[in-house]
Amino acid sequence: MNKQFDNNSVGDDGRDYEFCASHDFYGHSACPGCGEKILFRHMLDVLGPETVMVVPAGCAAVTDGVFPHSLSPVPYLHVPFGATASAAAGVRAGLDMTGRKDVTVVAWAGDGATFDIGMGALSAIAERNENILYVCYDNEAYMNTGMQRSSATPRGCWTTTTPKSRLKEEPKKDIDAIMIAHRIPYLATGSPAYLDDFKAKVEKARDTDGFKFLHLISPCPPGWRSDPSDSIKLARLAVESRVFPLYEVRNGVDYKITMQPEQCSVSEYTSCQGRFAYLKSEDSERLQAETDQAWAELERKEK
Amino acid sequence: MKKVISGNEAASIAVKLSRVQVISAYPITPQTTISEKLSEICGSGELDARFVKVESEHSAMATLIGASSTGSRTFTATSAQGLALMHEILFWASGARLPIVMVDVNRAMAAPWTIWCDQTDSLAQRDTGWLQFYCWSNQEIIDTIIAAYKISEQLLLPSMICYDGFFNSHTHEVADIPDQELVDSFLPARQAEYKLDTKDPHTFSGGTLPSMFMEFRYKVQKAFERAPELIESVYSEFDQKFGRRYNPVESYFVDDAERVLITSGSSASTAYHTVRMMRDEGEKVGLIRMRQLRPFPEAELFRAIPKGALVGVLDRNLSPGTGGVWTQEIRAALGRNNINLSLHEFVAGLGGRDISENNIREMFAGMKAADGKRQSINWIGLNR
Ligand SMILES: Cc1ncc(C[n+]2csc(CCOP(=O)(O)OP(=O)(O)O)c2C)c(N)n1
Ligand code: SF4
Ligand SMILES: [Mg+2]
Repeated sequence: MNKQFDNNSVGDDGRDYEFCASHDFYGHSACPGCGEKILFRHMLDVLGPETVMVVPAGCAAVTDGVFPHSLSPVPYLHVPFGATASAAAGVRAGLDMTGRKDVTVVAWAGDGATFDIGMGALSAIAERNENILYVCYDNEAYMNTGMQRSSATPRGCWTTTTPKSRLKEEPKKDIDAIMIAHRIPYLATGSPAYLDDFKAKVEKARDTDGFKFLHLISPCPPGWRSDPSDSIKLARLAVESRVFPLYEVRNGVDYKITMQPEQCSVSEYTSCQGRFAYLKSEDSERLQAETDQAWAELERKEK
Repeated sequence: MKKVISGNEAASIAVKLSRVQVISAYPITPQTTISEKLSEICGSGELDARFVKVESEHSAMATLIGASSTGSRTFTATSAQGLALMHEILFWASGARLPIVMVDVNRAMAAPWTIWCDQTDSLAQRDTGWLQFYCWSNQEIIDTIIAAYKISEQLLLPSMICYDGFFNSHTHEVADIPDQELVDSFLPARQAEYKLDTKDPHTFSGGTLPSMFMEFRYKVQKAFERAPELIESVYSEFDQKFGRRYNPVESYFVDDAERVLITSGSSASTAYHTVRMMRDEGEKVGLIRMRQLRPFPEAELFRAIPKGALVGVLDRNLSPGTGGVWTQEIRAALGRNNINLSLHEFVAGLGGRDISENNIREMFAGMKAADGKRQSINWIGLNR
């Protein structure tokens, strides 16, 4: 059961920066090294108790606990897989109509729920500029059902539906570009390896009116065929290799790259993950070229 | 105040009188004019509600899942393809015990495309855990919606109010529009005991194991079993306040009837008219009108069926491979109660085909003493 938290870590500005630490944040059933729980915990530390979570089917739903147990220190509404965005809009409307405009509504969804089954509804709430913080923790496949490809899965990647005999042939869907095209007030990417950057973005998102979208890289040891102790390292290499650049965009036009670590090669990132074990050298070269091109594009947009 | 209004206007008026707080809907014929009217009254401030303009019916119902979970009063309306698109979320609404109220303006399911009436759309949702009410007049639409909020919010179950596309939705009739004050005294603001509340955080509808899921379903079933008594008390209070009495089953000219027809919706209006004419001609015929599918009002139905009468069921719907849904439902209830009664099954009016006075006469003429043979579907008005 949820417990009332003990408010003993309030910062100078009156905010509870260790909200999760002050709450018994235990009892989840995520795998060791799961990025999702790390991101969830640190996001809540920034958002604090005046938050309502809306969560579709996926690992975040399943690992929160089995009834009557729940990890979440804030109200946590489970919703059907393709219903995240609309249900969040409903929570927003209901809270607004019952005098609770200040509560932050967070949609917390995997890449499958976001890039695929929930795409239409996500586009709709972005177009309507609903006052919602939509966060996609992206582990680049349907992990909860056992690592099937999603449209967030990178090219050349192994999953159970893109087997060795036919690895994923298509590039990852550019969700950021899609959301940016909606001219939403705030979009940012984040990584659990750069927590200060991530938390600053959560804070900016919370304090921005209208629709906010955070796209987070979320390592998944079983799905990525990686060592649980490598999760943070992989989340860092994703950024260093520029496969997952850290940046933010305001109103669909104002680009800012927020982190520019020294570049490493894409193969440095892919080589320690079993899901990329079947990449041929020409595939790696192609991935590197695509990554460099995307980065150049991003730099151009920042100017 | 008496006014000449359409069925869809009646629904919008009831939503306003019920002081709904969150509305979400998506256009589909013949429901669309409800959404349009509600957009207008939300826009003008006549109703203080948020209208969430979604991109699909799946999203309309999902929006209400979120909104109702905050403790607010919610409404949507749809038809046919829209209702089918909501199917997944309909189960969620009842499983999560959310007192959402929805209008389904009955329209046949494609393919092939049709915008015209039959009841297959809502009847196909009978297993989703919604209370289902069927109306035959615009007055009844207003009154049933208001009563449904009261029933749903006490049972923590969603309600679907159904009426026939065009025959009801677009037909103008006189209706008595209740005073807001009177409605307020009958239907106070929703008091949700369980809701999303940051001061008392809980997790809703999370994972369950085989060791607990059955108990959740058992409780839903128990709520349906409590429903008849509650519905009766809500209808009594409604009668006291508004002077109009409703029942889950209504019957007309049944007392000495030798042949009765059971039906629902606008078909019942035509049947009523025909029965009156046939009575004038000296025929002992009667009519039973089903106002409710879930919970299935079997006690009320059996009370209405006169002893020894021949009974026919007019189904404006089809469950291919078995037959009319009302017939199947009534047969199941008869079997459950060990009543040996042979039903004449009439399928008519699919996809908006007119059900005429002659068709109804044909049905009465077709009711013959049971001969012990298997009953099969009687197709009425079919061009062979
Ligand atoms: C309508 C529907 N289709 C399929 C499923 C099965 N399903 C549950 S979770 C899931 C994949 C989730 O993937 P993602 O959103 O990426 O979250 P992750 O599990 O990776 O955290 C699928 C396919 C479902 N619950 N509902
Ligand atoms: S499968 Fe992956 S995403 Fe799911 S709980 Fe395990 S590590 Fe986390
Ligand atoms: Mg995923």
